[in-house]
Amino acid sequence: MPDAIVAEDLVKTYGELRALDGLSLEVPEGTVLGLLGPNGAGKTTTVRVLTTLLRPDSGRVRVAGVDVLAEPAMVRPRIGLSGQYAAVDERLTGRENLVMFGRLYHLGRKESTARAAALLDRFGLGAAADRVVQTYSGGMRRRLDLAAALVTTPPVLFLDEPTTGLDPRARVDMWGVIEELVDGGTTLLLTTQYLEEADRLADSIAVVDHGRVIARGSSDELKDRIGGETLEVVVGEDHQLPDAVSALAAVGQGEPVVDAHARRVKVPVTTGVRALIEAVRRLDDAHASILDVALHRPTLDDVFLTLTGRPAQESAPAAGDTAGEDASPADEAQERTSA
Amino acid sequence: MSLAGELHDGLILTKRSLLRIPRVPETLMFATIQPIMFVVLFSYVFGGAVPLPGGASYREFLLPGVFVQTMSFATAATSVGLAEDMSKGLIDRFRSLPIARSAVLVGRTTADMLLNVFVLAVMAVCGVLVGWRIHTDVGHALLAFVLITLLAFTMSWIGALIGMSVRSPEVASTAGIVWLFPVTFVSNAFVPIGGMPGWLQTIANWNPVSTFVSAARELFGNPNPFGSGLPREHPVVLSFAWIVVLLGIFVPLAVRKYRIATSR
Ligand SMILES: Nc1ncnc2c1ncn2[C@@H]1O[C@H](COP(=O)(O)OP(=O)(O)OP(=O)(O)O)[C@@H](O)[C@H]1O
Ligand SMILES: [Mg+2]
Repeated sequence: MPDAIVAEDLVKTYGELRALDGLSLEVPEGTVLGLLGPNGAGKTTTVRVLTTLLRPDSGRVRVAGVDVLAEPAMVRPRIGLSGQYAAVDERLTGRENLVMFGRLYHLGRKESTARAAALLDRFGLGAAADRVVQTYSGGMRRRLDLAAALVTTPPVLFLDEPTTGLDPRARVDMWGVIEELVDGGTTLLLTTQYLEEADRLADSIAVVDHGRVIARGSSDELKDRIGGETLEVVVGEDHQLPDAVSALAAVGQGEPVVDAHARRVKVPVTTGVRALIEAVRRLDDAHASILDVALHRPTLDDVFLTLTGRPAQESAPAAGDTAGEDASPADEAQERTSA
Repeated sequence: MSLAGELHDGLILTKRSLLRIPRVPETLMFATIQPIMFVVLFSYVFGGAVPLPGGASYREFLLPGVFVQTMSFATAATSVGLAEDMSKGLIDRFRSLPIARSAVLVGRTTADMLLNVFVLAVMAVCGVLVGWRIHTDVGHALLAFVLITLLAFTMSWIGALIGMSVRSPEVASTAGIVWLFPVTFVSNAFVPIGGMPGWLQTIANWNPVSTFVSAARELFGNPNPFGSGLPREHPVVLSFAWIVVLLGIFVPLAVRKYRIATSR
């Protein structure tokens, strides 16, 4: 299968900061690559380079068979982009926005109108279609933004954190829409801070940190590397901690981690609920009082901890968290200048 | 990209900007209340205070000046609009589309120009109500209106460059106009330059704003006690030359800025 997206050795520096530091990736036609990484990892920068918005200092990029740096104008008709922040005209209605984008992709007047109506329906915006976007919620804007990227069903699609800021239900809806697209043969590069999202949507995941890909594989492969789930137990008394440690050591992978202050013990496990039951049975035998016991799916932080031996630098929301902040680009700019 | 393609894209984006106009309160204020205020305030506040050579009517003298000044401030609307598009990420999105590199700017400046035609009409009507008159024929008057509209269009391109350079709408609303105060006031727009100190007179004489105002006065047949040399002898021709020169400089600069523009 030929690659729809190839990036080789991308470097982009901002002063001292290496936003991209030799990043390479390839996405075979018709597949989904999830670009996973914490804040500031270089996900957006990568997307901007791939979508002709930013020239890297060095490196090579091909998208849909076209050399992006040499012929950006040839690439643009073949790609769709939905950026990290909804970029639609607030003063236009949802329908006016989509018709405008259709016309800009050189669809006829009738075709643009029909396409807009179909997309509005599909994204559950039918009722709000003729309201100005200013009155939309964050999730509605996000959906409209994605719809705008799909007016021509481009063969290669870039979605930068498509579900950040959505509530859990809207997120699942969005996943459904994205899955449909991919079933239709679209090649997709998707960035996300949620392992769960990459897990659900991506054929292959690239973990990005400090501007380079630090791990690559299917979601199962990555999870195996980070030891699947984490089993966590909180006991009632300090003197019960050793019992908890030995119980968890028996069911988990490697040395349990102890937080004595919280009387909490953690260990990676690969056997899920079976490990949990076994651990509880052992603690019960030892007459330890259990205040809390939980099985955690791996989070991005776990991936980081395992892959880099240190936690992700800035706290990223854990997988399965509800809606993150719908930060506006202005907030973002402030954050960056104050950083 | 073919010329037809460029026009098509430009038109779609002009339509977008036009759709926005009635929905943005600030734009409406700019388009209606502000010009009315300028005409009325300037005529009544300065009306009696400025003596003109030969006892000519100050209001007749003033109105072309107000037209040109207001149109020069068209810069701000364009720069704020583009800075807003930039900060909202819309410019990024447009840049990722297969459209002409000029389209976003052509759309914005054309829509702003059409808005300014409306503003100019409002001011002209107000002007007539406070006693301003055209003393030439339809052809000359039309040429004057065309010239002032083209001036607004040219100023919009300067605004486009400013808007994309400063990127934040708040900064753009200041950066778009501060420099316009000296530029429009050190001119013959509100007072005959004869009363200024010598060095200021020289600047005012060669200030393109004076040339435009003088051209408008000449074409409308309004009192035009002005300056020396080329700006005095051929204000109309010189005004059109200024438009060609300024567009020749600022259109390419603005388009170039757009091509490399990034929202952050
Ligand atoms: N225009 C710029 N000027 C200076 N630094 C920049 C610029 N754009 C990006 N950076 C820096 O480059 C790094 C990578 O940024 P990027 O936006 O690609 O991260 P990201 O992975 O998308 O993060 P997030 O999850 O917060 O969206 C960050 O440290 C960021 O501060
Ligand atoms: Mg990002």
